[in-house]
Amino acid sequence: MAISREDVEHIAFLARLGLSDGEKQTFQEQLSGILEYMKTLTELDTSEIPPTAQVIPLTNVMRDDVVRPSLTREQVLANAPEREGDFLRVPPVLD
Amino acid sequence: MSKATYEPVIGLETHVQLQTQSKMFCSCSAAYAGADPNTHVCPVCMAMPGTLPVMNRQAVEYALLTGIALNCEHPEASKFDRKNYPYPDLVKGYQISQYDLPFSANGWLTVDVDGESYRIGITRAHMEEDTAKLLHRKGNGSAYSLIDLNRSGVPLLEIVSEPDIRSPAQARAYLQKMRLIVQTLGVSTGNMEEGAMRCDVNVSLRPTGTQAFGVKVEIKNLNSARSVQRALEYEIERQTRALETGERIIQETRGFDEDRGITVSQRSKEEAHDYRYFPEPDLPPIFISREWVAELRSGMPELPDAKRDRYVQQFELSRYDAVQLTSSVGISNLFEQTVALYPKPKIVANWVQGEIFRVLNDTGIELEASHVTPDALVEVLGMLDDGTITQAVAKQVFEEAIKTGATPKAIVAERGLTQISDASELEHAVAEAIANAPQAVADYRAGKQQAIGFLTGQVMKATRGKANPGTVNEILRRQLDQA
Amino acid sequence: MAELHELTIHQALDALRSGGTSASALTEAYLARIERYDSSVQAYLNVTADRAREDARRADERRAHGEDAPLLGIPIALKDIFCTNGVETTCASRILKGFVPPYDATVVTRLADAGAVLLGKTNMDEFAMGSSTENSAFMPTRNPWDLSRVPGGSSGGSAAAVAASMAAGALGTDTGGSIRQPAALTGVVGVKPTYGRVSRYGVIAFASSLDQVGPFARDVADAALLLGVIAGQDPFDSTSLPEPVPDYVAATKRDLRGVRVGVPDEYFVAGMERGVETAVRQAIDTLTELGAEVGRVSMGHTPYALATYYLIAPAEASANLARYDSVKYGYRAPDVKSTIDAYLRTRAEGFGPEVKRRIMLGTYALSAGYYDAFYVKAQKVRTLIKADFDNAFNDFDVLVAPTSPTVAFPLGAKTQDPLAMYLSDVCTLPVSLAGLPGLSVPCGLSDGLPVGLQIVAPALGEEMMFRVAGAYERARGPLPTPPLA
Repeated sequence: MAISREDVEHIAFLARLGLSDGEKQTFQEQLSGILEYMKTLTELDTSEIPPTAQVIPLTNVMRDDVVRPSLTREQVLANAPEREGDFLRVPPVLD
Repeated sequence: MSKATYEPVIGLETHVQLQTQSKMFCSCSAAYAGADPNTHVCPVCMAMPGTLPVMNRQAVEYALLTGIALNCEHPEASKFDRKNYPYPDLVKGYQISQYDLPFSANGWLTVDVDGESYRIGITRAHMEEDTAKLLHRKGNGSAYSLIDLNRSGVPLLEIVSEPDIRSPAQARAYLQKMRLIVQTLGVSTGNMEEGAMRCDVNVSLRPTGTQAFGVKVEIKNLNSARSVQRALEYEIERQTRALETGERIIQETRGFDEDRGITVSQRSKEEAHDYRYFPEPDLPPIFISREWVAELRSGMPELPDAKRDRYVQQFELSRYDAVQLTSSVGISNLFEQTVALYPKPKIVANWVQGEIFRVLNDTGIELEASHVTPDALVEVLGMLDDGTITQAVAKQVFEEAIKTGATPKAIVAERGLTQISDASELEHAVAEAIANAPQAVADYRAGKQQAIGFLTGQVMKATRGKANPGTVNEILRRQLDQA
Repeated sequence: MAELHELTIHQALDALRSGGTSASALTEAYLARIERYDSSVQAYLNVTADRAREDARRADERRAHGEDAPLLGIPIALKDIFCTNGVETTCASRILKGFVPPYDATVVTRLADAGAVLLGKTNMDEFAMGSSTENSAFMPTRNPWDLSRVPGGSSGGSAAAVAASMAAGALGTDTGGSIRQPAALTGVVGVKPTYGRVSRYGVIAFASSLDQVGPFARDVADAALLLGVIAGQDPFDSTSLPEPVPDYVAATKRDLRGVRVGVPDEYFVAGMERGVETAVRQAIDTLTELGAEVGRVSMGHTPYALATYYLIAPAEASANLARYDSVKYGYRAPDVKSTIDAYLRTRAEGFGPEVKRRIMLGTYALSAGYYDAFYVKAQKVRTLIKADFDNAFNDFDVLVAPTSPTVAFPLGAKTQDPLAMYLSDVCTLPVSLAGLPGLSVPCGLSDGLPVGLQIVAPALGEEMMFRVAGAYERARGPLPTPPLA
């Protein structure tokens, strides 16, 4: 297959997706199929072609350095899965 | 084998917080220091679904000004990229940064260490947004973390030096120069203790005279120029000992323990990040025209090196003195403002470098927090010139003025420090000193001239410095010779 | 007089202005339709009845005070991808269930300023990833023409709501065809504007260089009106275009004499259904009859659009969806012991399979060692695809093609093979990659199911697009409405 089980696990970890063994299997098959299909792009010679950097011809879009009102702290924390006092709370960052 | 066979190869990566009013991509206040948690936050800087970044023009100009001041080249086309990595303080799960087309590249700055001048290359300077603040806590035995989003999205300039630095002292001088430059430009306070400037260090050793790089160690979380120097001193020592005993240096990240003055391994089990950089689709590219650069350059204030050279020319100071006097924006302002009122630059220079530096060092006060003013110094110098006070008293008075903010004239009046000009009072003091120091008198009579110095000192002590030493010396000799 | 829910937006505005009806009456009519039909169609994730009634009341009040506004009193549905202040916005994902934004998307504000009434948030494929609305975490939406079939996607809910007269108009988003394809499958008008024409601020991001907001409506003039209200530069979106917004409705009234219409060979793909091709070719003949100069054109890179799109869009999406990390909002898996644990399990439980698949694909395309071969390569082919259009527009004012190679397919028919599902969008993807405006207008039925004609214009050529669509629609005449029980 175009992509190995190790690749699937590596990519899943980079993307922080906790996949089950079944999912890993299914994704390995499906992604391999999709990536095989992607190889059709190699039929095209793009050596002299620049990648599309931006779809629209805008440049130098910037704003003035002005302070505007922020959300209230309540608004900031209202959707938080967990909060403690004035802060968001998360489980320990273990290495 | 001695240390001299290895030379340190040091590179610094500095993050400078650009002191704009609002954040890099939104209009929240960027003044996060001391603000109540989570009060400078909006949907954009907390990465709510659907939000988009809009670039702060002032931040871009501050970044360009810094690049210009660092003698960098500016490519016409520049863009932003997404740097992808997951961490709780990185709200979008990616940081908007610059990867292959940074604003500025290929520059340099000069540092002076012990009278020698060194040029340190600047590889690049690019803009990126700051992360939120992660605070680690322990409660009921379990650890957890709290997040304050105020800092998320504040604009930073990351400046990477070439590995041209060859000593801890140079590293410290580099940071001091960097701070001076950004302060002069007004783009940042450059204050490391407040987190407005942060520094990571890369250091390796190689046999002196060779070209190949040794194994590089990174030291992070250094919060002052002094810490950088101390950390490097320790690390160079550590690596030297390792190399001398045949031990391999491991490429790793280390932290600096301030209290113990040592670097400590922070090897984490996580694999190296694959940042998967790609061009930021939400931000159009920035074109930096020659006209824009010229306009910024023409509006720049006088930079430290130019000011230093001017001081040498205009005030006829030595390069060493000029470097000292331009070492901070506050000092150079003080110096020039004082000279404007009292046009004797060498005398003013002596007082600044001598008294002001000494008092600030001893008391640990920053210039801005002290009560030094050009008027105060001019007042002291005036009183010295017209004989109101002696040199010794002048130093005391000025020190007090720095510490308390009282005017020198008031201090002199309140403490009765006016120079003793009354001849009889002086004669009396001298006579007393002679009477109280028969051994010194005998020494003098025996031909030991230094006894005069001792006796003068006694008189100065007795008069609390108010006696004119020259006059005292005269009277002493007369009285001693008469007897 | 027609029933209230049968009125087009223009007709409703006439009635509102003449006093023939009120916003409240109109709103009640739509709420009744929803009550009656939505349990079968399942277009709505959230019917905001109280809010709708309040919006209607205020619209009537404004009108009573002599005010008028382009959509004053008109009931509109919004794909649940638009952040609505104080109203739950889920993007049809478990990971955002319960998320209540404290702000409105720019297009939502513009609709509100124009006086629109919010009926509710409609169903969609999760995070706009899909072509059938079967990827919604909550439920599928059914095609009003045949409840055993899909309405298309990802904006299936908005399309179905308009098709079943459960809203006077609706907004959706189109990244690779997600407005045009469901419009074709449900027999309504759907418009994707030029990239940058409409603000993306507040629109939950899927693929940043492709996402665009657009309207669904019962006819071309209504769609033009809706687009006119939401289009225009937004200081909160750095990719929004500064060009002024012309009068799109006026453009729909013009004739087609001398308009050069190109028909690209490559869009009549091998897998296309006979009935679809017949209906589309008939529509093209109508254009000729209207005085257009119709000619063939070849756009050789069309077959590569699918691969190109399915590398670029997932790559951008993999970054855009990294923010769903259980820290600031949204779902957090229970009993997580560490940050890593929280990330892995929250995203495993909160995202559906198609979302995971695309995140994986996108992460892979960007990863070390593959970036040049996949992502950069795709961006280069994108340049070639855009060049095909630029060349074609040298000789033609618009291009026409089928919107979808098939009519609506049965629920479950394509869910087993991702690539089969992706192929639903072959006719719409290239237009998205080029950032061009595209519109789908119903052009007939095939076996009783709607077929859409796609009209594509050059960048900022919406007026030409509406002109062709309007003229065609007038000549086509009325089409049947879905036979809802």
